[in-house]
Amino acid sequence: MRRAFAATSHFKGQIIMAKIFAVTIILIAIGSAIPILRHTWVAPPDISTHGAQIDEQMSETMAEAGISFLAAQIILALFIWRYSSRRKDEKIRTFPGGATGLVAAAVILVGLEVMALGAFGVKAWAKVYFTPPGPNAMPVQAQAGQFAFYFRYPGPDGKFGPIHPDKIDEGTQNFYGLDTSNDPDAKDDVVTAELGVPVNREIHLLMHSKDLGHSFYVRELRVQQDFVPGLDVSLHFTATKTGKYEIVCTQLCGLGHYNMKAYLDVMSQEDFDKWMKEQAANQ
Amino acid sequence: MHDMSAQAVHHHAPPTGFIRKYVFSLDHKVIGKQYYGLALLAVFIGMVLSWLMRIHLGWTNAAIPGLQWLSSSGAPGGVMTPEYYLELMTMHGTLMVFFVLTTAPFAAFGNYFLPIQVGAEDMPFPHFNMMSFWVTFVAFCVTVSSFFVGDGPPLAGWTSYAPLSAVGAVAGPGQGTGQVLWAAGIAIFCVGQLLGSLNFISTTLDMRCKGMSLWRLPLTAWAWFITSLMGLTAFAVLMPACILLILDHVAGTSFFVASNLVINDQLQPHSGGSTLLWQHLFWFFGHPEVYIAIVPGMGVVSHVLISAMRRPMLSHRVLIYSMLALAFLSYMVYGHHMFVSGMNPISSVAFSFPTLAITIPSTIIVLIWIGSLYGSRLRINSASLFALGFVSMFVSGGVSGFFLAQPSLDIMLHATYFVVGHFHLVMAVAAIFGIFAGTYYWFPKVTGRMMNETLGKVHFWFSFVGAYCIFMPFHYLGMAGNVRRYSAFVDDFMQPLIPVHKFITIAALVTGAAQFIFLYNLIYSRFKGAPAPQNPWEATSLEWTIPSPPPFDNFGGKLPVVYHDPYQYGVESSTGDYVMQDSPEKIQSVRDEA
Repeated sequence: MRRAFAATSHFKGQIIMAKIFAVTIILIAIGSAIPILRHTWVAPPDISTHGAQIDEQMSETMAEAGISFLAAQIILALFIWRYSSRRKDEKIRTFPGGATGLVAAAVILVGLEVMALGAFGVKAWAKVYFTPPGPNAMPVQAQAGQFAFYFRYPGPDGKFGPIHPDKIDEGTQNFYGLDTSNDPDAKDDVVTAELGVPVNREIHLLMHSKDLGHSFYVRELRVQQDFVPGLDVSLHFTATKTGKYEIVCTQLCGLGHYNMKAYLDVMSQEDFDKWMKEQAANQ
Repeated sequence: MHDMSAQAVHHHAPPTGFIRKYVFSLDHKVIGKQYYGLALLAVFIGMVLSWLMRIHLGWTNAAIPGLQWLSSSGAPGGVMTPEYYLELMTMHGTLMVFFVLTTAPFAAFGNYFLPIQVGAEDMPFPHFNMMSFWVTFVAFCVTVSSFFVGDGPPLAGWTSYAPLSAVGAVAGPGQGTGQVLWAAGIAIFCVGQLLGSLNFISTTLDMRCKGMSLWRLPLTAWAWFITSLMGLTAFAVLMPACILLILDHVAGTSFFVASNLVINDQLQPHSGGSTLLWQHLFWFFGHPEVYIAIVPGMGVVSHVLISAMRRPMLSHRVLIYSMLALAFLSYMVYGHHMFVSGMNPISSVAFSFPTLAITIPSTIIVLIWIGSLYGSRLRINSASLFALGFVSMFVSGGVSGFFLAQPSLDIMLHATYFVVGHFHLVMAVAAIFGIFAGTYYWFPKVTGRMMNETLGKVHFWFSFVGAYCIFMPFHYLGMAGNVRRYSAFVDDFMQPLIPVHKFITIAALVTGAAQFIFLYNLIYSRFKGAPAPQNPWEATSLEWTIPSPPPFDNFGGKLPVVYHDPYQYGVESSTGDYVMQDSPEKIQSVRDEA
């Protein structure tokens, strides 16, 4: 008799815990969705010509992922709520349609949708990586090193002087290893610590690392690309809004990694010309 | 399949001495417990490291009392330096991925239960098995020893990207001796896993008892088998990669270092190596590795849920095919770690589609779990709570994969906390929940005593709510562009995110502290727990047909004969609503099966 009572109260306790569990899952699921729906923490507005497609792809993926997430968590919770209180004499039942139905649902409702999403997303990727820079794109070199970025403009001759790794010397501020006395192309090169660009002008960024792996990440530009030691990598973008934006390193490069940053300064053409003159005077 | 029942002879006699019994044991059960013990040690070290990192991220300039004793140079006055943060981060990832997530669900549980579940007395190569554990133990010692040499452990992260990991001390503290010890430790670890995988594969294929066809293997046995297939190929690639990395340090080679690199104003003597080669080799291992961590958990969770639901999964075979599909696809997707690495952008698209395709087997597995709950008689206990928690975590971590599988979105999310949130939920927390589910479920079998259910449930609630509080906000941080692997957030745009980091730190401290409830329960129940019956969960597979704890030779000298599929629940039989796998009793199904 006492044992039977203990068994029933144990069963009741189990039902209560299952119901609390179900409610908790639903609260966590909804609670997780709130900051997304309210845009509490989001990337800053896009300032590039290609970013709109990425943003659109992001929201479509969020819709798909969000619906899958909420649906799966809520159904899981409902089943825990419903089927933890069934007694021993109740018959085990099978989900209508069985495994076949679920496999079909997984393939059609989730698998194909996600594949289609991916196929559309290739457009955004292609815009960044499969289209070459236009003929009027302005070439700028970006060099990453522990723990700073340096940028180089070719100057009036439009040519970059060759880099001599053995001449790189931070002490004399020869960050690019230029030999201005022997290389005529290097003479008018302008090296800066800030990436100044004119607004609405396509930039062809020629990236190389002088030491280790680094990365170039500007959230507002919707751009992230690793620097690969020993490999020249290039990237092109057009900034459409003037302002200063942080460039940060996203590839672990050593103890100062957290502090490796520079600024992207998007200026009007006149401001840019003025800035370039000042920079050239400082060389 | 061989008829092993006629061959009820031991490969080795029961040991008598202490050393052979508890230290250099050939018994798969003792080896399984040794692996579990090693994982337990590693997980608590890894957790404390994460605490220290979290405190530093929330309160960067705060002194952590006593930290200076751990490393006077890394934390002068208890305030962590940026390099020490990275060193702790590297060791946290390394210990957790290798010595916890690979060791516990696969090597520990698999060693203990695979031979029993297939109906064997031991694994076919007990000496290899013993060696696999001790090699892993040496790997652990070598890896951890980097804390005590030179300028400490490496700071290149658990992925140890070259050339940071390959050029030596010039790249930073810990990048000399520490990095070599790391690579040596991991190479040795690979040897242990290769030996273990060979044993698992041959146990599954050759040691099954009479009547145990492959389809009659429990889902756990299938999961370990599939994991060992992955382990055999993945670790076989990581090991040479680590050896090449060591050679770059000690033999003057340049496998991973390009020409003309200038570090600290010094032109490096290397030439001709490839930076991306390391990433390809590492991720060729690394992506299967995340399935090595999670597939055993899928097996354990299925096994635990079935006995809690009192019904088999909607389809045994579909689950197995889906796990096989995961394993197969895991080799074709590794490039999604490298979308913006400088690899050819066409390759990024080519790696994107198999990655998206992984959604299909993963969704099938989740839907089979959830669909099987329908119409069941679900029992709620610590084991089933953790198993259900696993399902919830796996879904939450899985959907963020929709984003990361797409190169165009990876431009925004790569190397942010979004990735950290994704992999922690889907392969770390989920896998740890699988370990907990397995522990609560099998503890009575292993020790002959029950764990305390009340403490188990308290542990579950803290862990479930806590894990969400820690890892869900990581996704929000990532979407706002918060970069990972930063020891402090000095950039202007990250300043407003620091309160979120503080919240996460508090959640991590509380959730971590709750893990000591588990540790207490484990130790207390081992000695003072209520005596466990042979089959406390009224389960059907072979481990529940033998005494708790099992005798040395598992089946008392006579191998079992199997008559049924592994999960005969929801039936009418003399024992109740289930029939043991080795019971010759005819089954009358009362399930409402289509």
